[in-house]
Amino acid sequence: MKKRIVLIGNGMTGYKFCEKFAASPLVKDYELLVFGEEFHPAYDRVHLTSYYTGTIPEELLLAPAGWYAEHGIELRTHERITSVDREAKTISSAKELTYHYDILVLATGSSAFVPPIEGIEKEGVFVYRTFDDIDQIKKYIPRAQKAAVIGGGLLGLEAAKAVLDDGLPTSIVEFAPRLMPRQLDPQGAEILKSKLEEFNLEVLLNKSTEKIVGNGSIEGLKFTDGSQLDADLLVISAGIRPRDELAKQAGLEVHQRGGIVVNSKMETADPCIFAIGECVVVHNMVWGLVAPCYEMAEVLVKNIGGGSAEFLGFDLSSKLKLIGTDVASFGDALSSEIGMKTIVYENKARGVYKRLNLSADGKYLLGGILVGEAEEYNMLKQVVNNKMVLPENPEDFILGARGGEGGAGISVGDLPDSAIICSCENISKGQILNAIEKDGCEAVPLIKKCTKAGTGCGGCMPMLDDLLTHYMKSQGREVRKTICEHFDYTRQELYDLIKVNEIKSFPDLIKAHGKGSGCEICKPVTASLLASIWNEVIVKHDTIQDTNDRFLANIQQRGVYSVVPRIPGGEITPDKLIVIGQVAKKYDLYTKITGGQRIDLFGARVDQLPSIWEELIDAGFESGHAYGKSLRTVKSCVGSTWCRYGMDDSVSFAVEVENRYKGLRSPHKLKGGVSGCVRECAEAKSKDFGIIATDKGWNLFVCGNGGANPRHADLLASDLDKETCVKYLDRFLMFYIKTAGPLVRTAKWLSELEGGLGYLKDVIVKDSLGIGEKLEMEMEELISHYQCEWTTVVRNPEMRAKFRHFVNSDQIDENIKYVPMRGQKIPAKA
Amino acid sequence: METQIVTAVKEWIKAAAIENFPENGGAAVLINGEQIAVFNFTNEGRWYATQNRCPHKGEMAISRGLTGDADGHPKVACPFHKRSFSLEDGKCLTDEQYQLKTYPVKVEDGFVFIGIE
Ligand code: SRM
Ligand SMILES: Cc1cc2nc3c(=O)[nH]c(=O)nc-3n(C[C@H](O)[C@H](O)[C@H](O)COP(=O)(O)OP(=O)(O)OC[C@H]3O[C@@H](n4cnc5c(N)ncnc54)[C@H](O)[C@@H]3O)c2cc1C
Ligand code: SF4
Ligand code: FES
Repeated sequence: MKKRIVLIGNGMTGYKFCEKFAASPLVKDYELLVFGEEFHPAYDRVHLTSYYTGTIPEELLLAPAGWYAEHGIELRTHERITSVDREAKTISSAKELTYHYDILVLATGSSAFVPPIEGIEKEGVFVYRTFDDIDQIKKYIPRAQKAAVIGGGLLGLEAAKAVLDDGLPTSIVEFAPRLMPRQLDPQGAEILKSKLEEFNLEVLLNKSTEKIVGNGSIEGLKFTDGSQLDADLLVISAGIRPRDELAKQAGLEVHQRGGIVVNSKMETADPCIFAIGECVVVHNMVWGLVAPCYEMAEVLVKNIGGGSAEFLGFDLSSKLKLIGTDVASFGDALSSEIGMKTIVYENKARGVYKRLNLSADGKYLLGGILVGEAEEYNMLKQVVNNKMVLPENPEDFILGARGGEGGAGISVGDLPDSAIICSCENISKGQILNAIEKDGCEAVPLIKKCTKAGTGCGGCMPMLDDLLTHYMKSQGREVRKTICEHFDYTRQELYDLIKVNEIKSFPDLIKAHGKGSGCEICKPVTASLLASIWNEVIVKHDTIQDTNDRFLANIQQRGVYSVVPRIPGGEITPDKLIVIGQVAKKYDLYTKITGGQRIDLFGARVDQLPSIWEELIDAGFESGHAYGKSLRTVKSCVGSTWCRYGMDDSVSFAVEVENRYKGLRSPHKLKGGVSGCVRECAEAKSKDFGIIATDKGWNLFVCGNGGANPRHADLLASDLDKETCVKYLDRFLMFYIKTAGPLVRTAKWLSELEGGLGYLKDVIVKDSLGIGEKLEMEMEELISHYQCEWTTVVRNPEMRAKFRHFVNSDQIDENIKYVPMRGQKIPAKA
Repeated sequence: METQIVTAVKEWIKAAAIENFPENGGAAVLINGEQIAVFNFTNEGRWYATQNRCPHKGEMAISRGLTGDADGHPKVACPFHKRSFSLEDGKCLTDEQYQLKTYPVKVEDGFVFIGIE
């Protein structure tokens, strides 16, 4: 009969233990029974904030619920263990059930530390650690007006930003004289503070909370210095408290500041009981990051199997995520070693602070701090961890000898094979190279799959990419970003093949140059290329389009679609406004002004789309291509026709430019903006191209975007007349369309373009490649084929017939249901 | 181990004429009140059918997904969040917890028939 291991705690460490167990020889001799107190199986707590912002629990699970059973592991969630009987070797749960163990593993993690402040029990006070905590905060938010977070450390800042983004003005209350006192020095913390204040996060330092005031529920905080803060929602993030209550009850040794004491083999004093993860104290400390906890799980699986592995401590470098600005500290960040030298770079205007600590002889990097920009983090961490000898000008690391691989002359190639690249999964450079070389993993997703590197926090992904590129270069090869398993070509190569061989359809392309039936990756790429090259009406290729392009509308909840007519430059006559109103009323569509200065009509069934569009087109509207990877809107400000500051007529220019490029298909969507002066009311610099009037003409900016990773556009050329501005735009857009990878927006394309902005300026403005005229001609040709695709569809009965839900019935899809909201309707939840 | 569940077809129901279905793509049909997604792999002369409801979020959308193959096996990707399903056995290729019901299809006299248990 098999012996039984009982694991208490199904958190991140507990899961890692299961995973390592399932892959070890232990499965032959042991059965594993796991208890978790929470409702869900183990999930990615590190990304708890993405649960806050809407990711569904299933996507954060470390393994699907069925995984455990499939691997012969019995998982009992929602069952808390309340006591351990070491003599009888049994444990009992809150469900009053008792279970026997041969080996007991405690992985009970920690709970949020809640300081004993008067009034802390009031309603509206929360912690930030579990799904359940988040659910409670979310439920309370609608009742709250103003939030406070106690704790200005790693987690407190993350929680504060989440609550702020949820719409509540938020203050951070920190006891220490600076933010993140454990990771940052005063200068770095000061820059971070001003960065946070820019996002409207209030930062209160040197504040010790005496009391939480309010009648039943919280109304504010009172500090020991006599001052007060209004707040009706409070999140406490003042540190963690290891959950050692079971160990204590069982009579095992716990540390005076909390935590189950184990040795480096994860053993307690009881030979049958082990403990791992955030609940333990080993080498005299609690290890509050996931990577060392994972390491402990791995060590323990080896040891139960008869090995003698040891946990020897771990790099505690950390990078703060999700707060809208980069913050990282690594190695000995606050070093006070005698004779240590520091290099500091500070740019208050841009909110950037960087510090490197060098050994007294200047040869080695000991650690450092990065605030505002932290691209160099991965490489610097490696330089510290691998004790690499520094190059002559280590300041290049932070001042940027840009464009090269790691800056400052050290590249991934210089790292020793033992360098740990993925610290979550503990994968070394050697293992990754092995996967590339021996297992043929010549793409980052393959490396991920094969080694598990990059599957944790994902922070090492850029390094995986660098390693692969470096390896391929060393073999005299190039990393070719081929489309998918059906085409051994890059997007750019396919572009040329289609153009040169005059290929007009997907079946022709795959027969001639690919294999198989295609897939959801290569089909839309081909559709986009065919459109970018021939600009024919895309409905001809309907089944290779993503659904939005197939039905010329964006699909939404419950499978209904939206209708967005083009309103160039955001300018619209009252008569046209009335038509939109009438159509919306007739078809009972929800209407909303979009962020792109036009009007979206939501909730149309697929069979209604042609008649809705027919009425709009009869009134002079055209498709707004809100569904396409194509030109969306060119936003305008009112400009010199009305505005007292206007330098030029921005509306007319925006209308002209939008009409010029409407219908243009590109690797990703394109947005533009035209502002009448530097006040920039059209936000043109947050667009793929932006034009801003000056007293001498127009400034042209390129490669900006909003979205998840906002980036301001760069100045391409200044003080242009209109004709030159359009000429450069033609060249720029065509160059982008021809050379960018699939779904790569202009900003990302520029960041990957070798030579960067300087090179782009050379090609577009100086015409260094001599292709300027060709690009302009290609653009002219494309534009000349423009047609409003909705007009084509509504006038063509055969194409119109494609817009129905069932091909054998006129019944409507009964799955579509609505509920009322503020006088309109919205889709009912599925 | 692969297990194959073979269900006896009780009845073949006429869905629609071939020309009603797009080439190399999918469309939905309504059969006995049930929404069924039918896929036409024109290039290989093969047909497949599955439930139209995506088990991920319950959207009636599988028929509007992009079809194709992975290592030679036919599949469809739901247009909502790109879960991919095998058209041979309905298994979700990206998330083991999901499964589509599949139906046998045959083509006779220019019409597509769906086999119902
Ligand atoms: C309707 C609208 C929101 C609103 O009610 O205001 C909207 C709605 C959608 N946006 Fe947006 N975005 C809208 C303005 C914006 C803006 C603001 C702007 O354009 O000034 C941005 C930030 C600016 C930018 O793009 O740089 C924006 C950034 C995104 C992104 C992130 C892009 C990025 O590069 O990070 C996506 C995702 C994507 O395209 O891959 C997205 C995707 C979407 C999609 C298409 C998601 C989808 O596939 O279903 C939404 C479709 C809604 C629909 O059914 O029509 N939407 N979206 C806005 C339509 C503008 C228009 O008139 O066409
Ligand atoms: C918001 C947030 C952001 C974070 N960000 C980062 C980051 O960026 N990088 C990083 O490295 N780390 C981060 N962490 C820390 C990381 O999540 C922890 O280090 C990690 O979760 C520790 O894993 P664990 O399994 O030891 O503990 P936990 O994940 O806490 O799991 C312990 C589990 O055991 C259960 N349990 C406890 N007692 C019992 C009992 N008696 N019976 C049954 N079940 C029990 C608990 O309910 C819990 O589910 C973050 C944490 C939070 C909260
Ligand atoms: S950008 Fe200039 S012209 Fe346009 S509205 Fe603002 S101030 Fe007026
Ligand atoms: S509804 Fe199909 S993948 Fe989400």
